[in-house]
Amino acid sequence: MASMRDIKRRKGSVQSTQQITKAMKLVSTVKLQKARARAESCSAYFHRMYETIHSILARTGPLIHPYLQENGSDQKAVILISSNRGLAGGYNTNVAKKLLESGFTKEETRLYALGRKAKDYLTRRGYQVAEDYSDAIEEPLFSDAQTIGRAVLEAYEQGQVGEIDLIYTDFKNTVTQEPRVMKLLPISPEEAEQTPDDRLTLMNYEPDEETVLGELIPQYIHSLIYGAMMQAIASENSARMQAMDNATGNAEEMIEELSLLYNRARQNSITQELTEIIAGAEAIG
Amino acid sequence: MAENKLFQVAIICPDHLFYEGQASMIEFNTSEGQVGIYREHVPETLLLRPGVVTITSGQEKRQAALHTGFAEILKDRVTIFAEAAEWPEDIDLERAEEARKRAQKRLEGHKPGIDVLRAEMALNRALVRIHISKK
Repeated sequence: MASMRDIKRRKGSVQSTQQITKAMKLVSTVKLQKARARAESCSAYFHRMYETIHSILARTGPLIHPYLQENGSDQKAVILISSNRGLAGGYNTNVAKKLLESGFTKEETRLYALGRKAKDYLTRRGYQVAEDYSDAIEEPLFSDAQTIGRAVLEAYEQGQVGEIDLIYTDFKNTVTQEPRVMKLLPISPEEAEQTPDDRLTLMNYEPDEETVLGELIPQYIHSLIYGAMMQAIASENSARMQAMDNATGNAEEMIEELSLLYNRARQNSITQELTEIIAGAEAIG
Repeated sequence: MAENKLFQVAIICPDHLFYEGQASMIEFNTSEGQVGIYREHVPETLLLRPGVVTITSGQEKRQAALHTGFAEILKDRVTIFAEAAEWPEDIDLERAEEARKRAQKRLEGHKPGIDVLRAEMALNRALVRIHISKK
């Protein structure tokens, strides 16, 4: 059996670990509340933007526009949103695994990484990183989404990539977060749901289709990236909160076990001492 | 009468729903100039330029500053997606004045390319803010 001192030392170390996990849980709870409020207020924009773009495109006849046509390149730009910090349970690995599962091969994928963890995971597996925006995920602004959006659109226009995808973790509620792949470009217009009445009326554009779409689609991309960042941050914090909650619980259990072991060891040593004294006294007597 | 015909208006910014309600007319600035929209307008998509949006519903009129974005116009509703929108009472006049001076200084410097475009856009935004908060 381990000595009393060893057990005491281990208990102490588990206790200080528990303090850390407890503190981290509290921090991520506070952060989650903020991130959640932001994600919710932003989701209106996010969903309506998606609906509106698809309804606009569905109301338009066949369109010839560089953003809507495939450009022949088999390279895919993937905007991958994870986090810069670990200790968030499976959050980062789940995002990276989603990419591996969704058939993005390392030859055809160019990563636009937001968050170091999933990026490092994939570079170890031989994926190419085109651009790293990991710092932006700490405090995402709309202008960060614009910077990333412009970079992927430029690559698309120049024919370096033929598809733009977005991988992020969708925040369903504090218990469930789901990694998701979203195809940004080329847009497939047939996805839109609409009433027959809507279908009859064609959309007009001012000044003309090409100018409008040329400005509209970048805005659409920017806002989807922004929305995904908000969702991802809420998911990250709630994943971390859960992970830390579990860790604190586990530490509690370990402390209880170690306390029991410690008391037993203490009892043993007292008994042993007593036996020795009595044996000694008897020998003298 | 057009005044009796209301339609749905929603102005949405990336981080919040700026305005949602009924209106009889809405006016704003687009790439093609100032427009005013009533109910039963032909479906149309317009590009916004920095300017003032005026929402009229009955006797009531509300104004706000609106920056780049686009508007989807359907028969019974208008949805505006703006990068930023502000009510006059939320605008910091001093900051807008400073931004205007900064942008003007930069324009006087005359460096061609993206900087001029950016400064022009910043100047436009500042002017709209100043204009609307002085009303």
